[in-house]
Amino acid sequence: MITKRVIPCLDVRDGRVVKGKRFQGLKDVASPVELGRFYSDAGADELVFYDITASAEGRRLFTDVLREVAGSIFIPLTVGGGINTLEDFDRVLKCGADKVSVNSGAIRDPSLIAAAAKRYGSQCVVLSADVKRAGGGYHVFAKGGREDTGLDAVEWIRRGEESGAGEIVLNSMDTDGVRQGFDLEMLEDVCSSLSIPVIASGGAGAVGDFITLFQSLPFVDAGLAASIFHYGEVSIAELKRALAAEGIPAREV
Amino acid sequence: MIAIVDYGVGNLFSLRSSFAALGVEAAVTGDPAAIRAAEKIVLPGVGAFRDAAAKLRETGLGELVAGQARAGKPLLGICLGMQLLLEKSYEFGEWDGLGLVPGAVRPIRDVIPAGLKVPQMGWNALRFTNPSPIFRDSRPGEYVYFVHSYYCDAPAEYVSAVTEYGAPLTAAVRRGNVYGCQFHPEKSGPVGLRILRAFSEGEVGA
Repeated sequence: MITKRVIPCLDVRDGRVVKGKRFQGLKDVASPVELGRFYSDAGADELVFYDITASAEGRRLFTDVLREVAGSIFIPLTVGGGINTLEDFDRVLKCGADKVSVNSGAIRDPSLIAAAAKRYGSQCVVLSADVKRAGGGYHVFAKGGREDTGLDAVEWIRRGEESGAGEIVLNSMDTDGVRQGFDLEMLEDVCSSLSIPVIASGGAGAVGDFITLFQSLPFVDAGLAASIFHYGEVSIAELKRALAAEGIPAREV
Repeated sequence: MIAIVDYGVGNLFSLRSSFAALGVEAAVTGDPAAIRAAEKIVLPGVGAFRDAAAKLRETGLGELVAGQARAGKPLLGICLGMQLLLEKSYEFGEWDGLGLVPGAVRPIRDVIPAGLKVPQMGWNALRFTNPSPIFRDSRPGEYVYFVHSYYCDAPAEYVSAVTEYGAPLTAAVRRGNVYGCQFHPEKSGPVGLRILRAFSEGEVGA
């Protein structure tokens, strides 16, 4: 039985992890390699590295870090942030990324999804969308959630799947940071009929939120979170044990 | 030395890094002399069967690798690299594989219940059905990472492990010195590294 995946997301700026508190047995919480290994050892099923750097120098540091992570942590790695062209795909895939997540880049140029899927295979193209309730439905937001594109989320995600995206990350801006649970209503409305894997993001505040997510929405394949893991409120090992205890297929290490 | 065959398909970074982490000498190469000189061969691959089979044919590397395997050199195909070991694939048409393992590559959609997603993407457990030395350090129920939309339909005697995805899907094959893994051992954490180590260091001849 395939397991539900738990995916920590690390924001990286100038080669360093942006958030993080002290973890027992971990010297440098800001090191993507150290933190990535810590999560991997705890049972993270994948890692997402999100590059929030703006400068060219920061980009170079990011790819150096990525190479080091991919050379020492042998679980799937997804890279996002600043992916606008096929050259960007190439740059991170060469440094060991397994999947590449596009968001604003695909909104600017929707043909990017199909072009990347053709060149690298659908399994490597992740469409990530920031979604918020608007106009009686759901709109897709660009530029890290700062700009309402007016695009209907249901339509946008369906187009993404048709264009060859291999996986969808749906981030709810309405629940993001609120820590009261994933946005079950939005996930149901936007992606219950997709035939590709769906990763839910935004709103996780406790172990119970993952249990509710997987029990209520069988079509959701994975849960992604950042701060609850970084601030140590939820440990991945503990979360995996809790899922398994509830009869949710989970990989324990 | 292990030759990781580079025929222009897929991302070989993790595979090379995995062997490096194990302290195993491995080279990513498309050089026939290096492949002939290697003690063991790994055939990687992602993407479409037709394109990969065409590249193996155009470069002559398919014939070389098959010849080396027939002469007894241990060969491990990974993901699409495993599917290429079979006789045929029915992925968008009908294409010839290397024919080192009997059987054909078919859509998993044909054998799994509706409602399950394709590709199978994620961690699933191994169940062993026939002995294979690459699993000498593995235990039943260990999880490995899969990404695939097609599966190897091979005679039971050549299937060494299956995974349950609505139906038992072939996870690994073996015919003598020829091995295949549908999953990615280089992406399956310590469990995957143990499998690569067993192939690298173990007695994996016919």
